[in-house]
Amino acid sequence: MSYSQTQSKSGAGYDAGVQDYRLTYYAPDYTPRDTDILAAFRMTPQPGVPPEECAAAVAAESSTGTWTTVWTDLLTDMDRYRGRCYDIEPVPGEDNQYIAYVAYPLDLFEEGSVTNLLTSLVGNVFGFKALRALRLEDLRIPVAYVKTFQGPPHGIQVERDRINKYGRPMLGCTIKPKLGLSAKNYGRAVYECLRGGLDFTKDDENINSQPFQRWRDRFLFVADAIHKSQAETGEIKGHYLNVTAATCEEMMKRAAYAKELEMPIVMHDFLTGGFTANTTLAHWCRDNGVLLHIHRAMHAVIDRQKNHGIHFRVLAKCLRLSGGDHIHTGTVVGKLEGDRAGTLGFVDLLRENYVEQDKSRGVYFTQDWASMPGVMAVASGGIHVWHMPALVEIFGDDSVLQFGGGTLGHPWGNAPGATANRVALEACVQARNEGRNLAREGGDIIREACQWSPELAAACELWKEIKFEFDTVDTI
Amino acid sequence: MKTLPKERRYETLSYLPPLTDQQIEKQLNYCLQMGYIPAVEFNETSEPEAYYWTMWKLPLFGANNTRAVLDEIQACRSEYGNCFIRVVGFDNVKQCQAVSFIVHKPGSKNNSGYRY
Repeated sequence: MSYSQTQSKSGAGYDAGVQDYRLTYYAPDYTPRDTDILAAFRMTPQPGVPPEECAAAVAAESSTGTWTTVWTDLLTDMDRYRGRCYDIEPVPGEDNQYIAYVAYPLDLFEEGSVTNLLTSLVGNVFGFKALRALRLEDLRIPVAYVKTFQGPPHGIQVERDRINKYGRPMLGCTIKPKLGLSAKNYGRAVYECLRGGLDFTKDDENINSQPFQRWRDRFLFVADAIHKSQAETGEIKGHYLNVTAATCEEMMKRAAYAKELEMPIVMHDFLTGGFTANTTLAHWCRDNGVLLHIHRAMHAVIDRQKNHGIHFRVLAKCLRLSGGDHIHTGTVVGKLEGDRAGTLGFVDLLRENYVEQDKSRGVYFTQDWASMPGVMAVASGGIHVWHMPALVEIFGDDSVLQFGGGTLGHPWGNAPGATANRVALEACVQARNEGRNLAREGGDIIREACQWSPELAAACELWKEIKFEFDTVDTI
Repeated sequence: MKTLPKERRYETLSYLPPLTDQQIEKQLNYCLQMGYIPAVEFNETSEPEAYYWTMWKLPLFGANNTRAVLDEIQACRSEYGNCFIRVVGFDNVKQCQAVSFIVHKPGSKNNSGYRY
C-alpha cells in the first residue's frame, strides 16, 4: 500500500492502511521549479531508519502527508501539493546526519504569511518519531512568494535618509540596569548617551510596562531626552521604544503614542511577540513612517543546538519577510561569539538584494530578494572601544554597533562614554577610507585617537586591549 | 573626571579634529574609488532636520581626481564663508546618498572652532 496509488490513477481505488512515505515523497529525479519553496533540513534519523525513508517522512509531514491513507486523498491532486525530498547529502564528519533538500509547491502557502509558512514547514514534523533530531538550516524563498510580502517598513537607505547618517555604522546603547529605573531617571540616562554622540539608545527587551516604570511615562521622558539632545548636538537622535505588549491592540496603542511624540523608531520582539503581531506592526510602521527595530529574545532556544531546531539564518529571512528595519545578529567578537563566516552569511541575507549559494557561509540556496528593502544588522553584547576596528571591518557601514556596558560603564559617565565610542568609530571609518588596514592597524588607530580624545583615553584605560583574532573556529 | 561640554556636531567625521585639506582629499579619493558622485552643498544653519542644503553648482559627475572637487570646495568657501559646507556622495547604482561630511563652518578660515 502506498500513496503512489493516488497519483492521478483514479481507477486504482481506495485501499486503507499505514503510509509508506518513501514511495511518494522521495523523488530524487525531481527538478525543483523556480516557484518552489526549498528547504534544507539537517536530519538525524533514529538508528536503523534509512535516510531516504526519513527524508520522505519529513517532506510528507511538513506538507500534505498524514500517517495513514484517507479516502479524501482521492478527491485531490496530490502531485500538485506534496512536498518532495529531491536530494540527500551525508554531512561530512557525522556518521548519521544528512542534509535533506525538500521542495514545496507554492500553492501550499498563504500569500504574505510567515506564520503560515512556519506552521507548515516547522510544525509537527519536528516531533516525528522516526527522527532523532531535525534542524531547518535554510530556506529558498522564491521571488513569486517574496513579492507577496511587504518586508521591512523602510529599509537601510530610507533609514539613512530619514535620520541623516551616511558613510558609517550607527551607534547604539541599551540602557541599564535593564529593570528597576524610574521613567525620569531612565530618560536622563538616555539623554546623556545621546548628547555624547550616540545615534540611538534602546529599551531592554524585558522593559515593557512594569510597575516601576509604565510605558507611557517612559515614552514621555525619553521623548524629552531625544528632543533636547537633538537640539543641543544638531544631530538626529532616536530611542528604540519597546512596544512589545500582551495584545496586538496594546502594542498598536503604544506605537501610535510613539508616533504622536514624533519618535523616529519603535521596537518589537519578533519571536516572543510572534510573527503575526510583528507583521501587523511592520505594516503600521510603513504606513506611519516609523522605523522598526527588532529584538530576538528566545532565538537561542530555537537556534542554538547544532542538530535540532531552526538556524538563525532562517529566522532572519523570516524577519525580512515579516518586516523590520534592524535586527540583532551577534557581534562575532564580543561576549557572545558566533562563527564569522556563518554570521556574515546571514548578514548578507538580511542586507543584500541577491545572495549566491555558498555552503562555506551556511548559505544553502541562492536567494533573490527582488528589491525587498534590506535590514540593518545590529551587533550588540559585550563590546567596547577596543573592538571597534574589528566591528567596522566585519560589519561595514550598514550596521548598528551597540555598546551597552561599553558606554554606561565609562568611568566618567554616559556622555563621555558615548563620545569615546563615537570618536573610536569615526577614527576607524576615517582610517578605513584612507586605505589603512583595520585588522592589522586597529590598535594603532585607537591609540592615535586617544592622543586627542581624553574620553577615549579613559575608556581605553578601563577596558583592556584585545587581540584582533579574526580566525574563529569555523563550525559550519 | 571631566564633564562633556555641550557642542554642536555635524554627523559623520565631526567628532574628529577638523579635517585638513589633505585629509579631506583622502576622503574624496575614497568616494571616487567607490564610484560615488561627489557634490558640494552649503547652508546658513545646521539644524538636524534640514535635509536639504543648497547645492554648489551641480554634482561633479565627471570628476576623476580629487583636485577638481577640492577646487570646488575652496570656491564655495570663498563665496559662502559664512555658511556650513559639506561634501556628499551619491551612489547611482544603489540610487541613494552614501557619504556626507562637513568641510567648513561659518567664520572659520581653517575649520577651527572645534574643541580638539
